[in-house]
Amino acid sequence: MNEKPDKLIDKKGIRGDGRKADELRPLKLQVGVLSNADGSAYIEHGKNKILAAAFGPREMHPKHLAQPDKMVLRCRYHMAPFSVQERKSPAPSRREVELSKVIKESLEPALFLELYPRTGVDVFVEVLQADGGTRCASITAAALAIADAGVPMKDLVVACAAGKVDDTVVLDLYDAEDKLGSADVPVAYMPNLNAVTLLQMDGILTPDEFEKAVNMAMDGCKKIYAMQKEALKTKYMVVKEVEE
Amino acid sequence: MPAFFEKKQLVTPGELLAEGDYLPGENTYVENGKIYASRIGLVDADNKKVNVVALRAFYVPKTGDIVIGTVVEVGFNGWTVNIEAPYTALLRASDVLSRPFKPQNDELSAVLNAGDLIVAKIASYDRAHDPQLTVGEPGLGKITRGQILRVTPTKIPRIIGRKGSMISMIKQETNCQIILGLNGVILVTGKTPEEEEIAIMAIRKIEEESHTSGLTDRITQLLKEKKPAKLEENKIE
Repeated sequence: MNEKPDKLIDKKGIRGDGRKADELRPLKLQVGVLSNADGSAYIEHGKNKILAAAFGPREMHPKHLAQPDKMVLRCRYHMAPFSVQERKSPAPSRREVELSKVIKESLEPALFLELYPRTGVDVFVEVLQADGGTRCASITAAALAIADAGVPMKDLVVACAAGKVDDTVVLDLYDAEDKLGSADVPVAYMPNLNAVTLLQMDGILTPDEFEKAVNMAMDGCKKIYAMQKEALKTKYMVVKEVEE
Repeated sequence: MPAFFEKKQLVTPGELLAEGDYLPGENTYVENGKIYASRIGLVDADNKKVNVVALRAFYVPKTGDIVIGTVVEVGFNGWTVNIEAPYTALLRASDVLSRPFKPQNDELSAVLNAGDLIVAKIASYDRAHDPQLTVGEPGLGKITRGQILRVTPTKIPRIIGRKGSMISMIKQETNCQIILGLNGVILVTGKTPEEEEIAIMAIRKIEEESHTSGLTDRITQLLKEKKPAKLEENKIE
């Protein structure tokens, strides 16, 4: 890795990649990119490139994992060996297993699990290129994939992180800030229900800074939500235009 | 009691649709007295009932529905059938054989084998049990000829049309027999492959433009256009 720079934020308050403290990275979202999956989405969040595919609801395999009273959501977060500078072993690492669980738990509140008992929904998240904040981008893409699969949802789930770099609270950390900064707060959020489904913190923040970071992340989520909604509509808009 | 949508507006899951004096319809849910959409689709208010016509959904079995399924497994006393729903369906041997079923005498795979397509009716289904199929009615049973196509299950009502107007028109114009499985699988059986092609083309067009107005007229036109060309071909022969 590169040497640690003296400052991640310059005197004018501009960050390493030219952003202001409360600015998001450029975002690109696309829905329905895979034809073999029931639903799919692709996200480019800064330098992150992530594919998400959703299947189901379908019969659970192996069968003993099926729940008699509810649907089961399974998630697999996986990083491609070429997604980072140094080759990552394709076997699931401790971190990937953890993130799979975190993504699953942040999406579950958005689903009507009781509606289709004994079935399962599978979500596969494949990180093609990583640059910090992949869990958040993954959640955003996975929610789109599930909606595209036609699974009823209470709300879309959006995620965004905030953190502390050089004693400043900033939005949407990229890799260097994530590694060299002093704190990272990923937040997943259901904008219409105004409910937080994931809140983590890595590092040290004062209560005031924490509150500021959470609010900043939630504002970021709202901005991403607008794009997420647009992306979902774009896929079906083509059909709608025929009407006019 | 405000409503937050326009007619035929495209909505995404979680979008607030109405508050107060409205009833939640299809693909919506209520939370704290507010009605939200639960699928991507087009909003439609029917009196005070707010519906979302889903653009993407899967088939949920309902007792009495006619479906088209694929046999995936031959079991000891019946078959497992994939009906393109979250659950696989069961077809019992005693239902297919008109006489009492004896495992030692009857070879089930000789009646229906894995890969066979069947038209069946859902005999029973509830949350706790997988759907049971029956073929004990006229028109049901193994499919021996024709072509299969798949559409999103939500588009089936549009293909049927108002009081079956759309489907009966296609049947009439193309001389094809068409069986619509409510699970989104359609069987088209015609006298010639060309006739089947035209019927399939019409159904594909309905699927693509399902929520546009004046569709019946365009389909009529499409069928009329294709028909003379086909007849001339036959004359040359």
